[in-house]
Amino acid sequence: MELSMNKNPQKPIVPEEDKAVSPWLEAWRSFRKNKLAIIGTSIVLFFIIMAIFAPLIAPSGINDQALDKRLLSPSSEHWFGTDDFGRDIFSRVIFGARISLWVGFLAVMGSLVVGSLLGILAGYYGKWVDTIISRVFDIMLAFPSILLAIAIVAVLGPSLRNALIAIAVINIPNFGRLIRSRVLSVKQEEYIVAARAVGMKNSRILFRHVLPNSMAPIIVQGTLAIATAIIEAAALSFLGLGAEAPNPEWGKMLSDARPLLTQAPWTMFFPGIAIMLTVLGFNLMGDGLRDALDPRMKN
Amino acid sequence: MQAPVLDVKKLKTSFFSDDGEIPAVDDISFSVKKGEILGIVGESGCGKSVTSLSIMKLVPQPPGKIVSGEILLNGENLVPVSERRMRQIRGNEIAMIFQEPMTSLNPLFKIGEQLIEAIKIHKKGNKKEFEKQAVDMLKLVGLPRAEGIMNEYPHQLSGGMRQRVMIAMALSCGPKLLIADEPTTALDVTIQAQILALMKSLNEKLDTSIVMITHDLGVVADICQRVIVMYAGKVVEEASVLDIFKNPKHPYTMGLLQSVPDIRNKQDRLYSIPGNVPKPGSITTGCRFAARCEFVHDRCLADDPPLYAVEEAGHHTVRCFLHDTGGNGHHD
Repeated sequence: MELSMNKNPQKPIVPEEDKAVSPWLEAWRSFRKNKLAIIGTSIVLFFIIMAIFAPLIAPSGINDQALDKRLLSPSSEHWFGTDDFGRDIFSRVIFGARISLWVGFLAVMGSLVVGSLLGILAGYYGKWVDTIISRVFDIMLAFPSILLAIAIVAVLGPSLRNALIAIAVINIPNFGRLIRSRVLSVKQEEYIVAARAVGMKNSRILFRHVLPNSMAPIIVQGTLAIATAIIEAAALSFLGLGAEAPNPEWGKMLSDARPLLTQAPWTMFFPGIAIMLTVLGFNLMGDGLRDALDPRMKN
Repeated sequence: MQAPVLDVKKLKTSFFSDDGEIPAVDDISFSVKKGEILGIVGESGCGKSVTSLSIMKLVPQPPGKIVSGEILLNGENLVPVSERRMRQIRGNEIAMIFQEPMTSLNPLFKIGEQLIEAIKIHKKGNKKEFEKQAVDMLKLVGLPRAEGIMNEYPHQLSGGMRQRVMIAMALSCGPKLLIADEPTTALDVTIQAQILALMKSLNEKLDTSIVMITHDLGVVADICQRVIVMYAGKVVEEASVLDIFKNPKHPYTMGLLQSVPDIRNKQDRLYSIPGNVPKPGSITTGCRFAARCEFVHDRCLADDPPLYAVEEAGHHTVRCFLHDTGGNGHHD
């Protein structure tokens, strides 16, 4: 009895009135509560800041060779040691973040835009449009993706730009199929029929109703795909099909360090850790986004 | 007599599948006068919703298609018109509200944005005017704090409120005809009554004709003036509400009325019509109701009965051989 009494008559017990809460804001609130997602986002932000301010953070340039300081182990002067040209690995790893993040973002942007467009066309218009687009996706997915990427780079010629294009291309079907299935289910929603019943045009329905309601899985897949793209870029560079010397691409650094593995393991260790951390960051962030945007996916 | 707002003539809408053509709506004719509320009643799967989608020309195509017939809206036949013209008509001249108010609004946008968007399609003006009209519409459908609701998301409203918003959206461009596809089925009973009262008052205030599609005879009794009873894609009886309830002629209508619980008689078991609605396209000869009818005779199995006019006063037709008095058949 005592407990339920309102002790402060100035403040009546009324629930705070609901303010207009958009579904996006609600997702952000649930994302904020997810510790792993926040850790992932922090890692990603850390690398982004590192990439942006690389020239200010790095003690030396990417190709400042000092032949008298070759293969020094990590010390207070060279935190990550030096490589066989006497270059500071710490500085190179920091500059490498620029390349890897840039390649990751751009490649995913490319495959996201093209894939979404094709997926929307296939899902919304159906019929032969769907048949053609879906079969092309099937064909692309029939190849192991890295093999397809190697083939594309082989045709275009090895360079970082072409590696980026190859990664964008091989990821198109992933996005395309995701959006297509999403559009197919959103298309059945009653608000789409309702939109048609008020006389809305197809294109407007697509961009106003179908696309925004398909956004959540695109964002999740996009984040996770950045992680994959970074690995793929590193793999192509490792194979000598991506970044060229003296670019401090992490995969390229791994490849250069391969003969030195027993002699100077730090040359391989630090770029490897950098790749691992970035990918981990994006994956944690992506998982968190998925939990926040689609509560049904949570286990 | 005034020309009808909507005049449907011998409409046939079929779905085409691997098994061939399946007529979901078969040779249906009816008309709706200005300011009239017409009820279309029938069990699930009898073609009510396909009828309404056909009028809006929103039947998913393929597999569906309007095979023949005419849909005259103020004299204009909608069957052959282009999609572009149809878009001008939808929302502006015919509007529609749906069964599930919980899912008929886009969850990502505020109520105001969605209302304004619907108005913008057909009306010219600036943002202020649209906004004012949207607020006015929300007030018209009896929503309290209309300005506040403009800034809220669909998930913040209850089912009844959302259905009011849907009605506001449907009526925002002043359509002459409103098609309501089971608008109260998903709502609880008190809200149902409110929504029906709202529709009736708007019908009187704005003189909008309404086609009320429902399986609930209570709804029909409440607000309709005339009723069409549909069975397996065909009209089996058409009459004024009074005649349908007082003097039903078709065995199916009688069965439907008997299945309604009556508060004055204490019944242990509610009556139900034996059997199920036949699958569309499964009956090719004879009366479609024959298999479930207690008055079935040889003629019912051999021929499909036409609509017979019932001798009494008013427009009352019934598709049953029991009412063949010779010479009163509509030949259709």
